[in-house]
Amino acid sequence: MVKISIEHFHLTYSDGAESLRDITIDIPARAISVFLGPAGGGKSSLLRALNRLNDLADVRSVSGQIRLFGDNGQTIDILDPQTDVVALRRLVSMVFARPVTLPLSIRGNLTYGLEVAGMRQNNLLGEAVERSLQQAALWEEVKDRLDEPAAALSGGQQQRLCLARSLAMQPEVILLDEPTSGLDPISTSKVEASLQEIKNNYTIVLVPHSVQQAARVADHAAFFLQGELIEAAPGPNLFINPTDKRTQDYVEGRFG
Amino acid sequence: MNTSQQRNLIQKAGFGMLSVVALLTVLPIVLVVGYIFYQGLPAISFEFLTGLPREGMRAGGILPAIVGTIYLTIGTAIFSVPLGVAAAIYLSEYAQDNLLTRLIRLAIINLAGIPSVVYGLFGLGLFVLFLNFGTSLLAGSLTLSIMTLPVIISTAEEALRAVPQSFRVVSISLGATRWQTIRRIVLPESLPGIITGVILGLERAAGETAPILFTVAAFFLPRLPDSPFDASMALPYHLFVISTQVPGMPLKLQYGTALVLLCFVLGMNLLATTIRSRARAKRQW
Ligand SMILES: Nc1ncnc2c1ncn2[C@@H]1O[C@H](COP(=O)(O)OP(=O)(O)OP(=O)(O)O)[C@@H](O)[C@H]1O
Ligand SMILES: [Mg+2]
Repeated sequence: MVKISIEHFHLTYSDGAESLRDITIDIPARAISVFLGPAGGGKSSLLRALNRLNDLADVRSVSGQIRLFGDNGQTIDILDPQTDVVALRRLVSMVFARPVTLPLSIRGNLTYGLEVAGMRQNNLLGEAVERSLQQAALWEEVKDRLDEPAAALSGGQQQRLCLARSLAMQPEVILLDEPTSGLDPISTSKVEASLQEIKNNYTIVLVPHSVQQAARVADHAAFFLQGELIEAAPGPNLFINPTDKRTQDYVEGRFG
Repeated sequence: MNTSQQRNLIQKAGFGMLSVVALLTVLPIVLVVGYIFYQGLPAISFEFLTGLPREGMRAGGILPAIVGTIYLTIGTAIFSVPLGVAAAIYLSEYAQDNLLTRLIRLAIINLAGIPSVVYGLFGLGLFVLFLNFGTSLLAGSLTLSIMTLPVIISTAEEALRAVPQSFRVVSISLGATRWQTIRRIVLPESLPGIITGVILGLERAAGETAPILFTVAAFFLPRLPDSPFDASMALPYHLFVISTQVPGMPLKLQYGTALVLLCFVLGMNLLATTIRSRARAKRQW
């Protein structure tokens, strides 16, 4: 089942360079899709387009169509200026490369998205806190200190808190842009494990921080080079059996 | 002497000179404060702080001036704080960088450079005469507000801009609106800085003489004001009057008045510093 369909998507920043050219790809539901490729390929730009965070950046123009097929049967035209971006961002949540915890308590970070959406019932908020921390494999470490400042956590814990913060809102899609790039191997494997855990219920789009990570977690992989989608394939195919020479060079570590 | 010893010596001489200069800048402040305490302390008594002036201000207390200054400071805060903080939020969070906002910023910078006596004259023309508020606390507070606004706007804007952009991006990505982001994240984070700026602005207003000269100040009014439309005594103007206009004034009353004004202003300063250092200690990112 397709969760997000991207068709003929172009994106140009205000410096005039076309950072993404004619991207067409389907993102499968309830699976981990990875976007990989060398620096400057446009992976982050595409990710930010999916929940319109590009609105905050210096984008000159976008064209094409990106549609999200909601669990309730509704189709959202993501690029449509009329689309309610606040509602969209509740469905499509983002975890950034650098863990940025809000200057609130651990609990406050987790309930933030729900509170700004208008949820006030303490029991529901409390359930969301515990559920999301469990899913992000952080519950045991922080359950006794939920009211301490989130900034007091270690970097790895903060990144899992950011993942939990997205999960607390029960979005349908979670975007992760190199979420483990600043983490040690143990924290990295914890994050990867929780992604495996949650992928049965969420659509996950991940920009991995290495080809190895991509190969470990990908159910579906796409290779981007200088603004173009070179090749996309399900499962491990892209790594075992790439059809394009450039993909092969990249996954075998010959450039990038 | 080898070169490393030489270098060491030069470094020591340099540090020595810098500490002398640093001391020299502190010295005048210590001297002024010390001298005013020394001369003014004998004048301070319960009657001086809570009594009305008597015998043509040559005896009695300065309560009307103290109360007048407190009222003026509060009045100034009522007008300038909401307006200044709102303007700062607009400039930092909403305004795009275009000709209009550049003009606004230019106006703010220039407003800050206008001599305070000009504000006084402007207040006289606009509030006292044209709007017919008369010589009153209201006219004085409005005049001081206009003078204080640029300070509040620029310090508050600076405090808002010091909040990391990543907080705003994360908040928006979690489905918050711009206003929710400002109210829940940006304002609480920048509040200590805003409060500090507000206090420093008000402190300057409390100590100014020229803007209240034509707009509020009564030469001698031995009662407390009971409406915003009353004229009032105020500490800085009272000090000016008893130092230059009243022959045969006991010196210690002048220094006593100066001491009270100084304590008022230093007290506000201390408050601002405390808020800032508390917030700094609490901040963890
Ligand atoms: N905010 C921006 N303003 C202008 N140009 C941008 C902006 N963000 C990205 N770009 C440009 O768009 C191109 C794609 O950048 P993007 O960050 O999407 O690549 P990426 O694949 O995520 O790279 P990396 O692996 O380094 O994160 C680059 O050439 C970059 O310079
Ligand atoms: Mg990137």
